[in-house]
Amino acid sequence: MPTASAVLDQRARDLRKTIVRAMGAGGRGHFGSAFSILEILRVLYDDVLRFDATQPKWPGRDRFILSKGHGCLALYAVLADKGFFPAEELFKFCQKDGLLGGHPEIRIPGVEASTGSLGHGLSIGIGFALNARLDRAPSRTFVVIGDGESNEGAIWEAALCACKHRLESLTAIVDSNKQQSYGPTAEVLNLEPLRDKWESFGWAVAEVDGHDVDALRGVFARLPLAPGRPSVIIAHTVKGKGIAFTEHNMHWHHKAKIAAGEIESLLAALETAP
Amino acid sequence: MRQTCLNMVYELAKRDPRVLFIGSDLGVGTLQQFKEEMPERFFMEGISEANLLGMAAGLALEGKIPYVNTIATFFARRAFEQIVVDLCLHKANVRLIANGGGLVYAPLGPTHEMIEDLAILRAIPNMTVVSPADAQEMRRLMLQSVDYPGPMYIRLAKGNDPVVTREELGFRIGKAIPMRRGTDALIVTTGITLRHGLEAADRLAPQGIQAGVLHVPTIKPLDRDAILDALSGAKAVVTVEEHTVVGGLGSAVAELIAEAGMSPARRLKRIGIPDCFPEEYGSQASLMERFGITTEALIAAVAELLEGTRARPAQRMEALRS
Repeated sequence: MPTASAVLDQRARDLRKTIVRAMGAGGRGHFGSAFSILEILRVLYDDVLRFDATQPKWPGRDRFILSKGHGCLALYAVLADKGFFPAEELFKFCQKDGLLGGHPEIRIPGVEASTGSLGHGLSIGIGFALNARLDRAPSRTFVVIGDGESNEGAIWEAALCACKHRLESLTAIVDSNKQQSYGPTAEVLNLEPLRDKWESFGWAVAEVDGHDVDALRGVFARLPLAPGRPSVIIAHTVKGKGIAFTEHNMHWHHKAKIAAGEIESLLAALETAP
Repeated sequence: MRQTCLNMVYELAKRDPRVLFIGSDLGVGTLQQFKEEMPERFFMEGISEANLLGMAAGLALEGKIPYVNTIATFFARRAFEQIVVDLCLHKANVRLIANGGGLVYAPLGPTHEMIEDLAILRAIPNMTVVSPADAQEMRRLMLQSVDYPGPMYIRLAKGNDPVVTREELGFRIGKAIPMRRGTDALIVTTGITLRHGLEAADRLAPQGIQAGVLHVPTIKPLDRDAILDALSGAKAVVTVEEHTVVGGLGSAVAELIAEAGMSPARRLKRIGIPDCFPEEYGSQASLMERFGITTEALIAAVAELLEGTRARPAQRMEALRS
């Protein structure tokens, strides 16, 4: 099984600094998830998804849904980097005159669905994929879900449904950081053996180090993983990845209050991270 | 009414390639002709309402118009959050065809009786809630449903309900229909209770009481202007619904009257299911009788309220003390 041990490059650090600064501006944020999904989103937007940031609703685009909407700071950093909206918006995070709040909303350019309540995104993605089939359109659909989110029964209703419809244009990526709000997923509600579960639901499964950019590119290049089946990529990640004192640290799942000094120490740590 | 509704989905789909049908493990043979003629747009899915509404929202966000059909409780109770988030927050053009609104499933008990759907669904922004009175009104509604913006909940009655609506009075989603004018009292109905309202008005007339009947097939958006207009001449108003008295048509009318500050104040009675779960089986008709959702109860309520308006203040105070 792949581990989540990859070393971060300069782009990974820069995007993380952007997330930290946005969090500083908002005074809050779901830090841990934003850092665990960042490489997945970066590779999707750098190398995989077809889109036109100047025409966010271009019909030929691939669709992306961040079903675990609380990881939105990573999505915002990547969308701003691609030019979907001005980067200044990041620094109005959660503010009354800002575009970007604590969960993604469909009014944000580049956001396909409002998420935040867990367990919704994969079903909406099924709708997108069915529509592409009806319209004979080449668009693909990618949905990032959490391992904690996979406690929700609706995820497994969707898993059955996508298999029934043989939606090979649909890919789910599980951000498997092995932690949820209260503690380890293994203790709160064990999902293992996760790979076996997805396989038994009829999906083609791959596993990858969710912070290894080259490995992610490699697995996305193999999509669909099997003909006539939806694909799921279990991305092994680290919550709070990139800073020694935030990695695997439950207290960095969500910060409702964050002090300026903490922001400075996070930025400094990213400078010196290996 | 249900058959008319589903037949209309077929007719609409024949005309408009955006129209889809999604069922949740419905009865064998449902819309067989649709399935045979337009198999790509016919989805018979598992018992998984949360997933179905998300899937329908995804299709709607891409420009399709899904008509989703299951039992009313499994929409408004089971998948309430999907209705709020996936449909209403996204303004998704999904139509929910809800079997068995009210007490239709009386023999099946309280898990299947949908007695609070109007209340909870009218609380959601962007939602449209429609409760037609008969199959002909259903047909008129369905013709307008395709291009109406945003999500819509269509409450079905039992079926084979007497036809009491009249085409010449017109139908528009969002508009109430004055069925009968009256100078003494106003009866406000929705769904199949229109029949009771009309019967009550007929039987009150020989007693010298002229009761108007305002039919409100669209609970949300509420046609405030039509309700206030119909109330302008009436001294008393009685609402009647096959639904809990908490939060439905009666509550909506009460809110409207209270905020309008009408002078003189109108006396109001809400007829519906009291704040309880039905504890008996039987039939829709027997439970409506049990809860006093009847023509006789309407007649009595109107007469009682009008009697109250005639009582002198001193007598009224005396009555209150006793």
